[in-house]
Amino acid sequence: MENVTSTAAGTDRLRLLRVLGPAHVWALGVGIVLVGEYMGWNFSVGKGGMIAGLMACWVAGLLYTCVAMIDSEVTSTVAAAGGQYAQAKHIVGPLMAFNVGLFLVMAYTMLEAANAITVGFLLDTVAGMQGQTGLNQQPFIVLAIMFLAWLNYRGVLATLTFNLVITAIAFIAIIALFMSVQLGASAVPLDFSAITSDPLPYGWVGIVASLHFGLWYYLGIEGTCQAAEEVRSPARSLPYGTMAGIMTLLIAATMTWYICSGLMPWEYLGQAGTPLFDAARVTGNTSLMVLLFVGTAFATLASANGCINDASRAWFSMSRDRYLPSWFGAVHPVYRTPYRAIVFLVPIALIFALGAPLDQVVTFSILSGLLGYTFMTFNMVMFRNKWPLDKIKRGYVHPFHPLPTIVLLILCSTAYFAVFLGYGTQLSAMMCFYIVASLWFHFRRYKFVRRGDQFTMPWPKPHGY
Amino acid sequence: MAYEPPKQSLAGQIFDVVTLLVLTIGALYIPLYLGLAGAAKVPNPIANPTWESLGQNATEQQQWAALGITDPAAANDIITARFDYSFSWSSLIVMAVLVIGYFVMVVRLSDREYREVIEERFGTKRR
Repeated sequence: MENVTSTAAGTDRLRLLRVLGPAHVWALGVGIVLVGEYMGWNFSVGKGGMIAGLMACWVAGLLYTCVAMIDSEVTSTVAAAGGQYAQAKHIVGPLMAFNVGLFLVMAYTMLEAANAITVGFLLDTVAGMQGQTGLNQQPFIVLAIMFLAWLNYRGVLATLTFNLVITAIAFIAIIALFMSVQLGASAVPLDFSAITSDPLPYGWVGIVASLHFGLWYYLGIEGTCQAAEEVRSPARSLPYGTMAGIMTLLIAATMTWYICSGLMPWEYLGQAGTPLFDAARVTGNTSLMVLLFVGTAFATLASANGCINDASRAWFSMSRDRYLPSWFGAVHPVYRTPYRAIVFLVPIALIFALGAPLDQVVTFSILSGLLGYTFMTFNMVMFRNKWPLDKIKRGYVHPFHPLPTIVLLILCSTAYFAVFLGYGTQLSAMMCFYIVASLWFHFRRYKFVRRGDQFTMPWPKPHGY
Repeated sequence: MAYEPPKQSLAGQIFDVVTLLVLTIGALYIPLYLGLAGAAKVPNPIANPTWESLGQNATEQQQWAALGITDPAAANDIITARFDYSFSWSSLIVMAVLVIGYFVMVVRLSDREYREVIEERFGTKRR
């Protein structure tokens, strides 16, 4: 266990603890993402119909498989807190790194806000089932965010161990629902007649449009590499945990689509707030209802928990490099967590959770994620060009390069168009935000950055420089 | 000689954080306040709806009932709502220019900064 280490400049500073194993990496990735099975993915059915929802599930799965393959290679080599942020810093340059850091902070903070909104909605739904209408959701939203921020403040091991347990329970709940329905526990039979009677209500454009919310099935799996500096063996644990995570999610996503599409009319499913819980309601089985209520609550809490962890690491990393005020780059002297970054992001999450509609928050999160995946495509190409395979040793080398990169770029382009169909204003507003922020960084903030400190890997000089 | 950045004052740090916060919150809330955000999903309710006229078979009717909706009129808006995916090509081109232009700008400016980093880290750079 490291207590203190010296920096290149000779000054002592505290470092994050290396205490995490592959199971924690899996829990961090799946924990953030599994909530996508419990809410949000079903809007893809609303945007394109039942078949479009399934195609979005698989196409988005392909997109994220490419993301996981690419990310595993780069992260197993650039094992530093901040994940893709550290990658961008070493491979593309400081401005790209600043943008990637913002992608991560925005994507995870918005996802955290969306989770808190869902907690409030779930409790309101259950209260309504008990005859108590008009529940004030706001105290529960505030409580959820504050509790998880406190947990993160106290230490990463306790936080991710907590995530491991509640993620496992949420995942088991999906399997239990699937098995129970297959064994005849549902009072209402599965019905897929809409596949033949109303296969593509929007035609082929609906399939493209549905990819927008199809991303929600897996959004955040790339968060596994945020903890790179706190993993005991990054070269082994990060690829293993990430790939295990994507396989877990592919299975869970398919089971989720199958159960929900079979138990609910697609028109209802396409606008439901808590689809898996609603599916349990349709079965008429009280035990399943309780289980899926617990699963939904745990999935949202696990996701919000992981989001706080990841967003704060990205903010911390940027501050440590002076891309943001360095005051945020402090590590807690006792708990060894980036406590100032954790506390600072709490009110931001609350502003969005308490003041913005769920679909807007979700779209904001998806767009930031999508920009990050687009970055991964040229980042991978530049990584291989600047340091070919024989120049530096990778912990993991992904196969078939550049095929995953090309597929990812095509799917990202399609996803931009999918978001444009219905949410073009948000897309334009977000692009304007990142353009202005980039100019602000380049012309104002960059002067506070130490140039040489932006490259800390023990690598040879990049090819072409 | 290594570049030595200026020391930033506390007021400057606060100013920078506030700038980012305003940009962030503005990006989400300005479209909301201007009424430009949100999906164009519009209900097209039919007159005197029945489950049959809404295209719901017997099993689907059971499912609606299990979800607490037994009156077809209550499901009318949900079943008949549809997105409007019509768009103008000029809007699509503007979006494409924004996304592509953004990445081109960031990569080019990043490369300029990256060369300074490499020069300081490894010595003289090769042009």
